[in-house]
Amino acid sequence: MDNSGFQPNQLVSIRNLSFSRGDKKIFDNISLDFERGKITAIMGPSGTGKTTLLKLIGGQLYPEQGSIFVDGQNVHKLRRKELYDMRKRIGMLFQSGALLTDMNVYDNVAFPLREHTHLPESMIRTLVLMKLQAIGLRGAKYLMPNQLSGGMARRVALARAIALDPNMILYDEPFTGQDPISMGVLVHLIKSLNNALGLTSIIVSHDVEETSAIADYIYVIADGKIIDQGTPEAIRQSPSAWIQQFITGAADGPVHFHYPAKDYIDELLSSGKRY
Amino acid sequence: MIQFLQHLGENTLSGFTKLGRASYFLLQTIKGITDVLVRPRLLINQLYSVGVLSFLIICISGLFVGMVLGLQGYYTLSDFGAEETLGVMVAASLVRELGPVVSGLLFAGRAGSALTAEIGLMKATEQLSGMEMMAVDPIKRIISPRFLAGCLSMPLLAALFSAIGIIGGELVGSGLLGVDEGAYWSQMQAKLDFFDDIINGIIKSIVFGFVTSWIALFEGYDAPPTSEGVSRATTRTVVNSAFSILGLDFILTALMFGDN
Repeated sequence: MDNSGFQPNQLVSIRNLSFSRGDKKIFDNISLDFERGKITAIMGPSGTGKTTLLKLIGGQLYPEQGSIFVDGQNVHKLRRKELYDMRKRIGMLFQSGALLTDMNVYDNVAFPLREHTHLPESMIRTLVLMKLQAIGLRGAKYLMPNQLSGGMARRVALARAIALDPNMILYDEPFTGQDPISMGVLVHLIKSLNNALGLTSIIVSHDVEETSAIADYIYVIADGKIIDQGTPEAIRQSPSAWIQQFITGAADGPVHFHYPAKDYIDELLSSGKRY
Repeated sequence: MIQFLQHLGENTLSGFTKLGRASYFLLQTIKGITDVLVRPRLLINQLYSVGVLSFLIICISGLFVGMVLGLQGYYTLSDFGAEETLGVMVAASLVRELGPVVSGLLFAGRAGSALTAEIGLMKATEQLSGMEMMAVDPIKRIISPRFLAGCLSMPLLAALFSAIGIIGGELVGSGLLGVDEGAYWSQMQAKLDFFDDIINGIIKSIVFGFVTSWIALFEGYDAPPTSEGVSRATTRTVVNSAFSILGLDFILTALMFGDN
């Protein structure tokens, strides 16, 4: 196996990755490293393919160029069985939670255990209750997914993601669309799980404040390139006008408020013909 | 003109790639059936939602189709003084043609559309993707049990449809119009052949169940993960299943009953 560029203290390393969708280049020759035991965040505006990156790491999509190593294994050269074995060691938290809608909370958390282990039901019960206790929803175990609020669904999905005791969790926009309390709960959970279980976490997000509060290292991606990287403090001090606009959320700046269009006055005075 | 040709070529190509994807999908699904046999619980749940829940619509439709056949058949046959053969006419039409075809169409409308919508929505809400990330193959876990359940339910439903239809014909024929009950049943027994009529009808319904389940599951699995995509896929399931059932019925009829 080609192990060039692999360093033992990095759980995931991405080398010279390129990926496009149709004509649009999503990633253009980027390299990233994710250190063991740390929380690494990938930030950037919506539509820059942050979710795509997680799917590439999980082996659900294939890159055009470059390679991704997870724990020393090249994800896209694994056989199907090896890939599935690797996925058992990765938990993924989808933006929507992706809970199975025909099962209650308890069965959802038990699902990976029942699929992959031959544990007796009594043992599964203990494990499920422990995971639910960790996310504070043990009392909600018999609710169906459609009875949960968005924040609760995401917490249940988190319990399911840690059910098999993975060594890494991928979070896809964990803070989007949460009220301040569930946001706080999630921030606290991600941080404490990472420390308590010795996990490696990768967070994809555009919520600057929450993410910089818990991340150890941040990559900022836009237009297929890494714009900046560093500790949250370093990112905050960044001289780049683009980064400053992204952090402060200013309406106009290097990223323009207006979608590219022809001259305003010209268009107002023109005949209104569509062309 | 050039644009028309371009369009034609594009459509043909995309049609063929879709057929290719569908064939690959079918292959994976059939391979996954071995896993279903180890876990019969998955199959039983699907037999319930695919088969048992279609039970009522099949029974009611079968009864009415049989009653109409009895009524129509009686008026035609009585012109020739052949009312006694009403049983043969009703049973032969049902067992050979109407049973498999009409129950196939109803099955596509009731169970097929539900399967497409379910799978499409599971895809749209990332449940299938989530399963993959949990190292569970969605084809084996979700698709194969549903496929097998569809293939098993369809012949049973078609047989039920025919049986209830025959009773419906009898209700109208001898209950309402005065055909002799003994003649109704004995003529039927004498004229209908187990292999020529009944087995061939069952073969038809197996083929229809296979095709309908395949179309329904593939359309759901292949649907764009948006509400519009799922709604279109559901429509396509019903339309394509109907076409396939009617087209295949013609071919199968020609093969089975062509030489007598």
